[in-house]
Amino acid sequence: MTDVLEPRAIGRDLLRRDGGLKVRGTAVYADETPVPEGAGPPAYCRVVTSTVARGRIVDLDTTAAEALDGVQRVLTHATAEHLASTEDRELAVLQDAEVGFRGQIVAAVLADSDEIAREAAGLVEVRYAAEATNAELRAELRADRTDLYTPEKVNAGHETDTATGNMDDALALAPVTLERTYRTPMQHNNPMEPHATSALWTGTHLTLWDSTQSVHRVRDTVVQVFGLAPEQVRVVCPYVGGGFGSKGTPHANVVTAALAARALPGRLVRFALTRQEMFALAGHRTPTIQRLQLAAERDGTLRGIAIDVVEQTSKVKEFAEQTGVPTRTMYAAPNRRTTHRLAALDVPVPSWMRAPGECPGMFGPEVALDELAVELGIDPVELRIRNEPEVDPETGRPFSSRNLVACLRAGAERFGWADRDPEPGTRRVDGWWVGTGVAASVYPTIRMTKSTATVRREGDRYVGRIGAADLGTGAYTVLPQILADALGVDEARVDVLLGDTDLPEASVAGGSSGTTTWGSALVEAAREFRDEFGDDPREGDEAAADVPPNPAEQEYVMSAFGAQFAEVRVHADTGEVRVPRLYGVFACGRIVNPRTARSQLLGGMTMGLGMALHEQSLLDPRTGAVVNHDLAEYHVPANADVADLQAHWLDEDDPYVNPMGSKGVGEIGIVGTAAAVANAAWHATGVRVRDLPITLDKVLG
Amino acid sequence: MRPFAYDRPDTAAAAVAAVADRPDAAFLGGGTNLVDHLRLGIADPGLLVDVTSLTSTEIVDIDGGLRIGAGVTNADLAADPRVRARLPVLAAALLSGASGQLRNMATTGGNPLQRTRCPYFQDPASACNKRVPGSGCAAIGGATRNHAILGASEHCIATHPSDMAVALAALDTQVRILGPDGGRTLAFTDLHRLPGDTPEQDTELAHGELITAIDVSYPRGRHAYRKVRDRASYAFALVSVAAVLDVVDGTVLDARIALGGVAHTPWRAVRAEDTLRGGPATEEAFAAAAEAELADARPQPGFDGGNAFKIPLARRTLTATLRQTTPRETA
Ligand SMILES: Cc1cc2nc3c(=O)[nH]c(=O)nc-3n(C[C@H](O)[C@H](O)[C@H](O)COP(=O)(O)OP(=O)(O)OC[C@H]3O[C@@H](n4cnc5c(N)ncnc54)[C@H](O)[C@@H]3O)c2cc1C
Ligand code: SF4
Repeated sequence: MTDVLEPRAIGRDLLRRDGGLKVRGTAVYADETPVPEGAGPPAYCRVVTSTVARGRIVDLDTTAAEALDGVQRVLTHATAEHLASTEDRELAVLQDAEVGFRGQIVAAVLADSDEIAREAAGLVEVRYAAEATNAELRAELRADRTDLYTPEKVNAGHETDTATGNMDDALALAPVTLERTYRTPMQHNNPMEPHATSALWTGTHLTLWDSTQSVHRVRDTVVQVFGLAPEQVRVVCPYVGGGFGSKGTPHANVVTAALAARALPGRLVRFALTRQEMFALAGHRTPTIQRLQLAAERDGTLRGIAIDVVEQTSKVKEFAEQTGVPTRTMYAAPNRRTTHRLAALDVPVPSWMRAPGECPGMFGPEVALDELAVELGIDPVELRIRNEPEVDPETGRPFSSRNLVACLRAGAERFGWADRDPEPGTRRVDGWWVGTGVAASVYPTIRMTKSTATVRREGDRYVGRIGAADLGTGAYTVLPQILADALGVDEARVDVLLGDTDLPEASVAGGSSGTTTWGSALVEAAREFRDEFGDDPREGDEAAADVPPNPAEQEYVMSAFGAQFAEVRVHADTGEVRVPRLYGVFACGRIVNPRTARSQLLGGMTMGLGMALHEQSLLDPRTGAVVNHDLAEYHVPANADVADLQAHWLDEDDPYVNPMGSKGVGEIGIVGTAAAVANAAWHATGVRVRDLPITLDKVLG
Repeated sequence: MRPFAYDRPDTAAAAVAAVADRPDAAFLGGGTNLVDHLRLGIADPGLLVDVTSLTSTEIVDIDGGLRIGAGVTNADLAADPRVRARLPVLAAALLSGASGQLRNMATTGGNPLQRTRCPYFQDPASACNKRVPGSGCAAIGGATRNHAILGASEHCIATHPSDMAVALAALDTQVRILGPDGGRTLAFTDLHRLPGDTPEQDTELAHGELITAIDVSYPRGRHAYRKVRDRASYAFALVSVAAVLDVVDGTVLDARIALGGVAHTPWRAVRAEDTLRGGPATEEAFAAAAEAELADARPQPGFDGGNAFKIPLARRTLTATLRQTTPRETA
């Protein structure tokens, strides 16, 4: 049990501290970084990317590009510096002639203006010896591929496979069984701000103004890749125009910017990806194929639950999405199995996208449960309640708190679930089939082990320092709330500085862990500060502390839960799918700031709505190219797609998680949404869509 | 993208002369399509001649209709009270297109001449007969959801993306053109071409021919525009239908129908019109008209699932839109 703070500022609906700057357009983003004093005129970088998905560069002619007025350098694998470490193949930019996916960087042009760089990039001529003809290209994920393999671990260090009891026996013996295959498509993060860096090499020292979820991670990566000392590299990132995981690990663009800066010492080099380039260079969510098996008694009690996942990674570098992991925690059943198999394909490198694992991994199971409910004639809310576990089903450890049932009940109440007629395809209003559906949400409560914060008295204010990131999430606002309560002072007298490796080292803004981790470090630093300097500190008094260990993490399973309820309308003539109502009720510990928390939950649900109806990267198996690589063709919800969208939460006191009692709200909103919508679409039409997105052709049948 | 010159002459004639003079010159309207193409590297004109202020930005009354200057923006046209009252099919089509910001820029001359959204056309690394004649068509067997089910050829299966053009194709519309050799008028339905073996040519306009205005007559009857797309707003049509039906005493006196999202041109539904004209305005007749129009439709297979669904979708949307133009029986 940790000492939970007495909430004074915590829980208050405070305005975003950086809101005014952003609304007025004066917040400075990476690509707009002013040229530092003493630096020469800025230079601009544009890249040439591969037009084959696998092969070798046999000829790269830069003569025309170099001849253009204003071109400073053209970097290729023949001219770029040799990196100290090429172990991470995604980051081994311009190191050899090999091409591992379509859209890989094969040359970088540095010029005096962006326009010249772009023109010159168009003049670079590349010839490839393509290793594979189109037919041989390995770019298509199928469950019957013969080259599937078992990764050592899956993302976040989870076991690849788990098994308890005997699933085969359960299927053989149970009176009711269900086996279904569900699919989620390849998806891409599309933050408004593209991946961008301004980079300056002064001869001994590299400064990167980078749009990132972790300045320290970028620094450590660059230090390793270039063989520099940590003191030689500074990474600065005051604001981020969205990341969703795609800026959580440094990608090839950061290395390119650093290469470019080192090729032009003394000049600030700007490099921003185009929207199209983001579809190859900034990570993606793997498509998933999920085979679900359920074994149940007639009263709905689960005897067995299994999920076997097939997904893709890149041949260049492995990333194994932990799609089967949420099934390990959700429902009680004595017999269980989860597995992950990967195909390493000629595709760009997959990576984090909001709620990796949980987001795709709650689609199959939560639709399967709905199908089972239909089969058994049991209400789907009730079916979930009947399978609520007392302890974590796989580890047998207790939950620090678990309020899934309360969320289901509260959501059902708000949504008006009680009157629901379970019969599908029977309600028609003004030419639209109407239906409702439910699904559960889950997201683990993660606290990173490493982060350091300092607290310092400056004038009559208290200043916290931690190299954390605010991606638009609200860290600039909620961290002062936490620090104020930890110090026992008014929130208005507290500042927290973020986004710079000159500040104490902070963990990545990922895994919904920011507030829990950085908050814990700040609270600990405040305690040290109080212990040392009492209530009346003097100017310059300062204390530092790391995230303290929390023994409760070994004893308890910590997780946030939620329930989402959707109303779906399907047009009787055209099959168009609309979601007039989407309500989420979550239990995610104490809410530090209702304004920023609601914004996270609503944002997650909106993204989940996009996953349900729109998002899908079309990877052409003939070429390995994502053909819909812009926002006109890769659809995310438009305003008109979002109607009555509500996020609510329950008061949840969890004395074990951390001193704030908070659980993280950044990702849970996207988890379960697509299943709720799919279940409602079935209820509206009687058509069960098992592969996302739910487009009109699929419901039109 | 390479450097280009920009010119804004004083008169339409000067603009025509400037473009006709240079094979690599192009007219620039709102730029919402052409400038994207410059960025994508799929167009590289050496000279852009801005025509937004030298073609008329006025909408004037002519006998039985309106003359719409080529410089009138999509936003202004949709908001014009005469268009809203007498040409609601056009207003609705305009408002269903793109976004408010784009409609503020897009022009009457530029909109019908916007090029296909075929993703392979927009990707310089893909084979595309429209972009590079003779290079092949990467769309065939590729992602074909947005591709044609009517009038396609083995050389190109692209669709025309405009909504406005679908309404104009249904209406009695004339295009006023100024060329190096003087003016001419073309029926709007003769402006666009099927791909055949020259898909690089979208329209019958010769290089240097400028659209100066579009004349539209007021039709008799009730109007409807229905656009079916993959999200509620800000998406191109999978299928759209513009219809004006003149029904008196339950009999169809005249029908004007066009489909969008299904062909290389805004598709005037002549067969459907012929089926309806003189007959009853009933659900059966509408279904028969839709059946007739889509009799020759052919699906395109594709790794994305292909576009076979568009054939029943077009049929159903056409039937539903015709129903929308017919006053409901008060039972
Ligand atoms: C994200 C996005 C979504 C969109 N969604 C839709 C949609 O849903 N529905 C829809 O209909 N449209 C949509 N559009 C397209 C938009 O409507 C067109 O880009 C616009 O109408 C083009 O008009 P413009 O004046 O900007 O043309 P420009 O880009 O200036 O020109 C287009 C072409 O016409 C030529 N041209 C321009 N004026 C003349 C003239 N007077 N005479 C001869 N040639 C001329 C140019 O040389 C060029 O080849 C969308 C566009 C974008 C970017
Ligand atoms: S369909 Fe037409 S526009 Fe598309 S790739 Fe083929 S030729 Fe080009």
